[in-house]
Amino acid sequence: MGSGVIGFEQVHSEKRDRMLSRVADSLYWMSRYLERAENTVRQLDVTMSLMLDTGGPNAETRWQRMMAALGKPDGMPWNGDLDSMTRALVFDPIDPLSVTYCVNAARENARQVREEISTEQWQRLNRLYHHIHSPHAQAQFSSSATDLLASIIDGIYLFKGTTDTTMIHGQGWQFIRLGRYLERAYATATMLEFYQPELFQQSSREGAAHLYLEFVGLLRCCTSFEAYCQVYTADLSPDRVLEFLLLNRDFPHAIRYCVDGARQAIDAVQHTGGRRAPDELISSMGKLHAMLIYTNIHEILAGDAAAFLHTIRGQCLRIHELIYRYYVHYSIQSALAV
Amino acid sequence: MSASHPVALEPLWGDYQLDQAFDELREPDGELRPHYRAMAESLAALPPGELQRRKQAADLAFLTQGITFTVYGRDEGTERIFPYDLLPRLVTAQEWDRIERGLTQRITALNLFLRDVYSDAKILNDHVIPRELVYSCKHYRRQMRGLQVPRNVYIAVVGSDLLRLNTGEFVVLEDNLRVPSGVSYMLTNRRVMKRTFPLLFQRYGVRPIEHYPQVLLATLRSLAPEGRPEPNIVLLTPGVFNSAYFEHTYLARQMGVDLVEGRDLVTHDNVVYMRTTDGLKRVDVIYRRVDDDFSDPLVFRSDSALGSAGLFNAYRAGNVTVANAFGTGLADDKAVYAYVPEMIRYYLNEDPILPNVKTYLLSEEKDRKHVLANLDKLVVKAVGESGGYGMLIGPQSTSSQREEFARQIEANPRNYIAQPTLDFSRAPCLIDGRLEARHVDLRPYVLFGDKVNVVPGGLTRVALEKGSLVVNSSQGGGSKDTWVLE
Repeated sequence: MGSGVIGFEQVHSEKRDRMLSRVADSLYWMSRYLERAENTVRQLDVTMSLMLDTGGPNAETRWQRMMAALGKPDGMPWNGDLDSMTRALVFDPIDPLSVTYCVNAARENARQVREEISTEQWQRLNRLYHHIHSPHAQAQFSSSATDLLASIIDGIYLFKGTTDTTMIHGQGWQFIRLGRYLERAYATATMLEFYQPELFQQSSREGAAHLYLEFVGLLRCCTSFEAYCQVYTADLSPDRVLEFLLLNRDFPHAIRYCVDGARQAIDAVQHTGGRRAPDELISSMGKLHAMLIYTNIHEILAGDAAAFLHTIRGQCLRIHELIYRYYVHYSIQSALAV
Repeated sequence: MSASHPVALEPLWGDYQLDQAFDELREPDGELRPHYRAMAESLAALPPGELQRRKQAADLAFLTQGITFTVYGRDEGTERIFPYDLLPRLVTAQEWDRIERGLTQRITALNLFLRDVYSDAKILNDHVIPRELVYSCKHYRRQMRGLQVPRNVYIAVVGSDLLRLNTGEFVVLEDNLRVPSGVSYMLTNRRVMKRTFPLLFQRYGVRPIEHYPQVLLATLRSLAPEGRPEPNIVLLTPGVFNSAYFEHTYLARQMGVDLVEGRDLVTHDNVVYMRTTDGLKRVDVIYRRVDDDFSDPLVFRSDSALGSAGLFNAYRAGNVTVANAFGTGLADDKAVYAYVPEMIRYYLNEDPILPNVKTYLLSEEKDRKHVLANLDKLVVKAVGESGGYGMLIGPQSTSSQREEFARQIEANPRNYIAQPTLDFSRAPCLIDGRLEARHVDLRPYVLFGDKVNVVPGGLTRVALEKGSLVVNSSQGGGSKDTWVLE
């Protein structure tokens, strides 16, 4: 090497904030898979803890309810052996429902865009991956499943924190947010759609203590029990729980918050890039958002709450499809025409 | 560095025999070489178990950085870290000076050769190199004839393999002019070693190599097509299943360029674009980590999905630079290699600074007879292969293997060369917590844009198995950091 300074003389090459479509797609899916893993872990943890209490539904019913709440009523049929079933839900590398599957898929997506994420992010995700694959994890699951599940959630939180502090908040980061919020909105809507008839329409039938635990469980599935108490006190009522999980503006697991987050991410993507998002995407996003802002809980409960939740899911799918069609898999003709 | 009192290394010696091979650590009489004394002292000063502890910490650093490869076959999907040795290999300033000058000379000549062969072919007309040897090479690309490449640079990125003979002299074993790999291991080894032996590193005064990605970027930029002052540079990878994928992501990230796959590229009207979230964006320079054959299904192998259709025509039209150029494999053909000293004399009118290894061309009848009679003493290699494949190591072969090779040589003599079995140098390695000697080579990395840059260091590859002469990572080799001293 001759004189030490190389490359410094050149002008700062202006790098537009845009990214490869394939990369955006991978970041989006990496994020979705991690969110999915988190949701599954939390639901499993809550279900297992509810099984400890006497009264209420038996293990089989609880298991099936959890499967339905995960959106896959036929996902893992009950076989009578709770231990092997929970193990499979955590560790089975083949079953797309399992936590391990989701972590693997997230890491595989990250690996394909290794150059786009920070080294710290990659190391975090890698640690989580190696942790869940280690014999230690199996042993920990046997001694205390809750501890293991908590450690997985910790790993995911750490990854998210690392993502927010070490990655440029450009398009890639926005696609990560987009994936996270769409997945969360969809999963929460799915869960509420399933629990809604049971909890909100037949609330008078069962004992108060038992029902209380069910509500706490539902809130804990969205890590929102404490947040709920701050807003409404520990006085749990069906309409308030639904209102909180659906319409709260400030809580990150409420559907309205998620939809708002996804909307902001799309906005940011179109403002940093040179081209405008298609009207169809903007209007789908706006409609969903408006639906959640301008409806109150009494209107929802007076009407068909299940249909309302179902519409939210449908809109999420539609938005997902539009993102894919416009940012990832567009035709060359349409791009050259611009 | 005190030279007088002996270093108490006794507890650390494993099975460390000296024989006729050059030993990097010790003089023939067993004394430590002066430049290794400081390392020996600091090893001897470590409390017992400390070396193993540092080894474990380094292992963990490699694992969490994801510097791994996937083992197929046995335990499907198991990930292993790449084998490496903890102790750095030292190269003195004096030794390095010769290597640097030698490589600069050699790469310059090889590049002139490629330019010549793909234009006027003067060297062939002057009968310095046999015409048929060049035109029968499977990496010769007639599509490159008469094509002007930017700055006349064909080989922007080179990694030549050097060996050290028992005289202490470095020789060139082969030149990798297509898509040389391993540079990411050089860089990550260095990062981990700095953490593992910080004090020793500081004490030695080691020349830095960390700027490699920046020099690579500057090199690529200097080769951009005319009229593209802010070139969009990308790194083209075959994809996540390629064994060097880690390296591709590493370099793309370190340079801050997009890592693209063939499916991300679209060629329209002889201009290459990449698909982005913001529509199609023009690509100006492609650092290609895909072989010629797989780069463009319209021109090369039609069954390949790794490249991008139309890429070569865009290249011909001068709308995109591809580095290295196509057809550079011609100059690292192992039979053409034998003529590199002639090239240096022909184009530069200089004597080669780094010699070649004696090479027998089996297409020459005299050589062939000699080789066939001495197969048990020689190493035979297929000319177009790399990575240690298609090779016969005479002294370690069985008679049936030798018969098989003899048959193949008779059938296609142009496809083989032979070299003496080299007793190349050995360096101290940490084997089960103790020092043992293992054979090593050295692959320095050379970049060629507006001038030739030899990065002071390289990848020292180690034959980790005792007595083995094969350093290729695909066949049980590992690596170690290389410290070029000030």
